[in-house]
Amino acid sequence: MANKLINQMALPKSIANIFAARNIITAKDALSLTEFELMELLDVGMAEVTSAMAHISEVVCPPCQTALLLMEQRVRNESLAGHLPTRLKGLDEALCGGIPFGVLTELVGPPGIGKTQFCLKLSLLASLPVNCGGLDGRVIYIDVESKFSSKRLIEIGTKSFPEIFHKKGMAQEMAGRIRILRPTSLSEFAESLQRIKVSLLQQQVKLLIVDSMAALVLGEHDCGASRQQALGWHVSFIKSLAEFSRIPIVLTNQVRSHIGDESLMYSFQAQSRPTKEDNPVTFDSHLVAALGINWAHAVTIRLVLESRSGQRFIKLAKSPMSPPLAFPFNITSSGIVLLDDDGIEMKGPEINTIHCQGQNALFNFEF
Amino acid sequence: MFNEERFSSLITTSCVDLDNILGGGINCKEVTEIGGVPGIGKTQIGIQLAVNVQIPLEYGGLGGKAIYIDTEGSFMVERVLQIAEACIEDMSEYSHHFHKDNQAYGVKMHPNSILENIFYFRVCSYTEQIALVNYLDKFVTEHKDVKIIIIDSVTFHFRQDFDDMALRTRLLGEMSLKLMKLARNFCLAVVMLNQVTTKHIEGSFQLTLALGDSWSHSCTNRIILYWNGNERHAYIDKSPSLKSASAPYSVTSRGIRNSTSSSKRIKMV
Repeated sequence: MANKLINQMALPKSIANIFAARNIITAKDALSLTEFELMELLDVGMAEVTSAMAHISEVVCPPCQTALLLMEQRVRNESLAGHLPTRLKGLDEALCGGIPFGVLTELVGPPGIGKTQFCLKLSLLASLPVNCGGLDGRVIYIDVESKFSSKRLIEIGTKSFPEIFHKKGMAQEMAGRIRILRPTSLSEFAESLQRIKVSLLQQQVKLLIVDSMAALVLGEHDCGASRQQALGWHVSFIKSLAEFSRIPIVLTNQVRSHIGDESLMYSFQAQSRPTKEDNPVTFDSHLVAALGINWAHAVTIRLVLESRSGQRFIKLAKSPMSPPLAFPFNITSSGIVLLDDDGIEMKGPEINTIHCQGQNALFNFEF
Repeated sequence: MFNEERFSSLITTSCVDLDNILGGGINCKEVTEIGGVPGIGKTQIGIQLAVNVQIPLEYGGLGGKAIYIDTEGSFMVERVLQIAEACIEDMSEYSHHFHKDNQAYGVKMHPNSILENIFYFRVCSYTEQIALVNYLDKFVTEHKDVKIIIIDSVTFHFRQDFDDMALRTRLLGEMSLKLMKLARNFCLAVVMLNQVTTKHIEGSFQLTLALGDSWSHSCTNRIILYWNGNERHAYIDKSPSLKSASAPYSVTSRGIRNSTSSSKRIKMV
């Protein structure tokens, strides 16, 4: 949209020529200047500039839809009105059906908690036929840290859906629908995404998983502002990919330790800083999600996986459609299993803190 | 001017305490900025306002329509439906309570008609955002019943892609002037949702709304949503007519509502 050419917008010839003469070729060129600046640059009156810009703006402007139309389209065209069920009953109910299409869902938690396990199960679910609750589609799995295990995938499949997987060749077919990519840098990742965008509709890709986004970003050599900028660009691109293709995109993130004891506050709060009771020394390490606050704003759904007193929880830390619920879970041979479908509602800062307490790195299989 | 001001209309937030510190609700003819950390409820308030602007005149509302400009893809239709259904239920209850004998006050609204009155635009770049704001003049002329424009968030596309910060400031300045003009000329409310960033002040890091210091002049009122212990609060950070005050609110399955805690006093700062 932004790169539309001005000379193809049916502007009156005289003004179109003036734009071209001053090297304002695309809509973006014109809209990146204030109208006052344009007036000076083009040496024409304000009325002419305003009129030309109104015309250009109307051409470049995104189309208008109503919320009703959006809903009807999704109900009509998409599986479960645009949701991928996770088969975790409590979580699916809270998410109005499952992982939503068209937006970014983040899985964040300490190492070994179960993020990759969750991703493996989701890949499987997306590849399953529709009559089994799947999306009958291909999956692109961006496996940055080489954690993907086809063996584990097939084990999860065989244990969770024995009826399907015991049929001859089914395991291979399902596994065959998952394409693994291993980019070694952000730029390689961006290139893969560009290629994916082109073939998205043709290849029937129904799910994109990035495991992990943190490893990809934090592995880059430069730090600070330029890294934030690069991340920002990539996030914008992935979001538009999600919406354009209406697929779910799941990204995993790491944790880092929290700097300082007090959470950040606004200047007006400084006067009434609450006194914190001294925390006795425990083995509780206080963690936060990596990748910063811009990233936290950019994801639509944030699922936090954490461990408290030896019990793992999956928390809906950010979701426009759901209350902040925490569900206890275990990892079994068939993947993640919720111990309680009702969930516990969390309040306040507890929603976003990530606990890593009393948990060993190896997951326990229950047989 | 004074007479004009007395008749400016208010859109309720569905939270009594929040409405009170706002002088009754979100004001038409003004640009109100609402900022806060991820998950605090900015989009929730945006959607609640897009629904509440449609409350019919007989229930004390404006009976208007909404424009929702989505720059981040936060607009979840499932949530809009939840909030719309709850709003209709609340109106039914009110109607039942106050007009038991009068059949004419039965609520005839259907959640789908609420969804139909929200004009949705998905903006994918700052170019599209500026183009859309330019185009709104024509759009609102053709849809005079639009009474609120929500931009969620105004920040997202201006945070990346800008090496020239001075240019960014000028473009944002021009955009906000146009929005103020729209608010005044068409007597509608403009609500801009903003993100937060950290700033190094006096030796420590503090939270502040994004887009820089010059941006803080671009709105009439500025509200910051924040966590106060376990409760969500809204704070009037800047306003020509409202006192600096803070009020608790909550986000429920039905939308924005009063806080459930017992200490619901409004704190004057």
